[in-house]
Amino acid sequence: MTAQKKRSLTFASISPDSGLAAALEKSPADIIGQISASGIKGRGGAGFPTGVKWNLAAAVKDDMKFIVCNADEGEPGTFKDRLILSDYADLVFEGMTIGGLAIGAQKGIMYLRGEYTYLRPHLEEVLAKRRENKLLGKAIKGKEKADFDIEIVLGSGAYVCGEETALIESLEGQRGEPRNRPPFPVDTGFMGHATAVNNVETLAWISCILAKGADWFKAIGTEKSTGLKLFSVSGDCADPGVYEFPMGITVAQLLKEVGGESAKAVQVGGASGHCVPASEFSRAIAYEDIPTGGSIIVFGPERDMLDVALNFLEFFVEESCGQCTPCREGNVKLLEGVEMLKEGRCSMQYLRELGALGETMQLASKCGLGQSSPNAFLSIVKHFKDEIMGRCQQPV
Amino acid sequence: MTDKKPVDNKDSRAPVSQRAKKMEAPADMGAIGAQVSVVIDGQKIKVPIGTTILEAAKSLGIRIPTLCHHDDLCVAGVCRVCVVEVEGQRTLQASCAYPITAPITVHTHTRKVRQARRHILDLLLSKHYGECYACFRNNNCELQSLAKEYGVDFFRFGHPDEPLCELDRSSYSVVRDMNKCILCRRCVRTCIDLQEVGVLEAANRGAETKIVTFKDKPLADVVCINCGQCINRCPTGALRANDPTDEVWAAIDDPTKHVVIQTAPSPRAGIGECFGLEPGHALTFEMNTALRLCGFNKIFDTNFTADLTIIEEGTELLLRLYKALVEKDESAALPQFTSCSPGWVKFIEHFYPEYLDHVSSAKSPQQMFGAVIKTYYAQINNIDPKDIVTVALMPCSAKKYECNRPEMCDSGYKDIDYGLTTRELAQMISEAGIHLPDIPKSDFDDPFGTATGSGVIFGATGGVMESALRTVIELVCGVKVENLFEHADIIPVRGFEGVRYVELPIKDVGPVPDLLKNLVPNWEWLKGATLKVGVAHGTANAKKVMDDIKAGGKFSECHFIEFMACPGGCLGGGGQPIPTSPEIRAQRAKAIYAEDTASEVRKSYENPAIAEIYAKFLTEGPCSHLSHKLLHTHYTPRGKYIA
Repeated sequence: MTAQKKRSLTFASISPDSGLAAALEKSPADIIGQISASGIKGRGGAGFPTGVKWNLAAAVKDDMKFIVCNADEGEPGTFKDRLILSDYADLVFEGMTIGGLAIGAQKGIMYLRGEYTYLRPHLEEVLAKRRENKLLGKAIKGKEKADFDIEIVLGSGAYVCGEETALIESLEGQRGEPRNRPPFPVDTGFMGHATAVNNVETLAWISCILAKGADWFKAIGTEKSTGLKLFSVSGDCADPGVYEFPMGITVAQLLKEVGGESAKAVQVGGASGHCVPASEFSRAIAYEDIPTGGSIIVFGPERDMLDVALNFLEFFVEESCGQCTPCREGNVKLLEGVEMLKEGRCSMQYLRELGALGETMQLASKCGLGQSSPNAFLSIVKHFKDEIMGRCQQPV
Repeated sequence: MTDKKPVDNKDSRAPVSQRAKKMEAPADMGAIGAQVSVVIDGQKIKVPIGTTILEAAKSLGIRIPTLCHHDDLCVAGVCRVCVVEVEGQRTLQASCAYPITAPITVHTHTRKVRQARRHILDLLLSKHYGECYACFRNNNCELQSLAKEYGVDFFRFGHPDEPLCELDRSSYSVVRDMNKCILCRRCVRTCIDLQEVGVLEAANRGAETKIVTFKDKPLADVVCINCGQCINRCPTGALRANDPTDEVWAAIDDPTKHVVIQTAPSPRAGIGECFGLEPGHALTFEMNTALRLCGFNKIFDTNFTADLTIIEEGTELLLRLYKALVEKDESAALPQFTSCSPGWVKFIEHFYPEYLDHVSSAKSPQQMFGAVIKTYYAQINNIDPKDIVTVALMPCSAKKYECNRPEMCDSGYKDIDYGLTTRELAQMISEAGIHLPDIPKSDFDDPFGTATGSGVIFGATGGVMESALRTVIELVCGVKVENLFEHADIIPVRGFEGVRYVELPIKDVGPVPDLLKNLVPNWEWLKGATLKVGVAHGTANAKKVMDDIKAGGKFSECHFIEFMACPGGCLGGGGQPIPTSPEIRAQRAKAIYAEDTASEVRKSYENPAIAEIYAKFLTEGPCSHLSHKLLHTHYTPRGKYIA
């Protein structure tokens, strides 16, 4: 599916490298101060305040630090980073450069999703042009000691490598598996050095914030979820594609914009997100209500919610890294449960047992993948009990 | 944030995330203090910053269950059984992997925690094929005891009723039954981080995850050194030694067979653990009685051939030194490496084959004994060697491979027929209805009944070196070792430090003893020399020493280096009772050194049985033609590349 821009994006209106120019005039502390003041939180979905992350990385005394751009966009139903990388790669590289100045890193690494290999020549071209224009390399824009360069590393198609510590393991040439935290990457990241890992979209917004000011960004959205956000909209709606909305938009408003008013449920946040039923469409898409990395999947009235759960769980059974017990084995049990439900042979008692198991997975899994993998199942069970129970036993 | 950095071992081949990590206390002690207070289940304690919740709880006497955690291994945090609730944290935290850096309050058994642990056990059991009563780890299985602890009385998420994969029985030493694997990865970490061999790794993702060898080849076809350390650390029955007890019983039951067993030093220091004793109780002489009751015809002490090894290997060293120092022959490969650890031998064959000429050609004590039994012993007792079955009780899984090496048939027969581990013998003794700690003691059989303290300390790291030094010093210097080292305890080579280096100046020399008169004219050439020796245990440490030698470091200047494949030496071998830990190994070492101290004869060359065998059988002396035929061997450069 081709990602379509449904409206002109803010990114198109930013004059190239004005953010970087502003950053070069500032001290690292002032750059981070401005990021913190904007209130921007990680656009990959976890929503960690970017200013805090950079502050932590900046405070570490280390002879080598890294800015890593997480371009491993693997969440089912997410394709907004692909659009940014094809059309606004400069903003992303600029954001990485600003990050380098802010935390004291001289090297940036873009971890690019294996499926986006076709974008690499384009990205390398952008990088080459930036080097040519003294926007990368030694003494950026002639400023002494402002040294920064970027390398692109390709992933190999594992969903878990979008988790920042698994991404770092993969960068180091290891099997992509999440690490124990603490220590956190900002302290002990790539090759043991302080590393800030930021999402593609976050970095692009950083450039905009430096160009237009923190106040501009902060004025949009809600108090706890500031600014604009890109959404990848797919599923049963009239106009799927990439949209830009202010944070805090309600599900109902969003559905209206994309022509999906008849939906019976919306999956917000991809496979690891939450399934929101029509009765809750007045809720806001924001870190304090329904958080998302940008994936919106619309389910029309004809959709079988068990098929939805089945699809997501099949995904997790395959994409769990296999390291920790709750995620590796738990998703298998949930999937079996959905299959039993489809065949009408799952008792209420066993369904409750699976619900409790889901809770354990959320609490005891090692990383965000396992912790969020039962979300869709649990919300479907909670909101669509009538639809999923009491299926007829399939004739053998 | 401060500039603290976790200390990690940069040389390790293990993935960074799996390396041992300890946080260092911050440089600015005044501001934070090196200690941090933590409240666990209402009990308050101060611990050094970086202490894990698990360690802190342990020091308070609070038990937190674990599966993937092991005292010898780096942190994994994968099984999640040890999760606890930390106030203020959204999710449960793995206590084994959570370093305390700020004051926290922890609850170890809330409803959420108990439910999570129970679920995790239920999930593991849903993939764990096998019945407890048909498993060698019955009553000694960490999964089984946790299931009991958490009251598992039904399989909530099912239980496989047929095997998922076939057993890998290709190796002479280690059997892999991946149906019982719970993916805790202790074996992976043992192999790559503790031993730095790296035969095992996790493959595939999600539900398909499994532990594999390179390209999933049979274990016999990869660079496994057979050390069996993975067996000792497996929480379940997924890994075990290749068990020949049925064949041994069959030999005992066959009236035409004369079944001889030799017992190595380390099993006697460990076997009590299989009968419920605390580690550190040697049951040497109770074991002799038990073996007779089991039906073995003769029971010999491997220490006899340990002494023989010292004479042969020590002589070989002196000859190499003579060749190098007097004859100025550069082909004399120095330092000489010990050869009694078959795990180490396979390690060097795979990873440093270019150094094989440094390895002493002397066979290990096990194999020397086999060759002596089927020749000398058969001859003096007038028994046809084809009717003799030789069994070796060893703390080792690699010994099973060693006795099956094609070159180990110098007697004209298979020198050693079966290698038994400590665990397997304990099983046989139980099967014979014997409770080992309760039975009377009895002696070893003649003619090899006398052994020395030197033989027994072969079981501990540094022991072979100490034994060799005791004999070499006395043979060369003509003085009693006691004059140089109190009680003849050569303390500098003892201990558990991974790599040790010792220099011993030879001030005076004595006359050449009769035994060596054919080989060297005098010792004058050693006068004033400094003997440099090294000790390394665990192949990770062996690797350090070998890399130092390759780089021309101080170990390349050594004359003699003892290598043991297993951490702690043989007493920590892959055939020893499970579990193992640094404390358990230290206790076993104590038992071994106590037996040495109690020995009447403590130097190999003073063993009268040794004098007798050189007088009556190996009449041309050590390193002679006959001794080379029977007591020495050769090695195979294998390399580390697998087709």
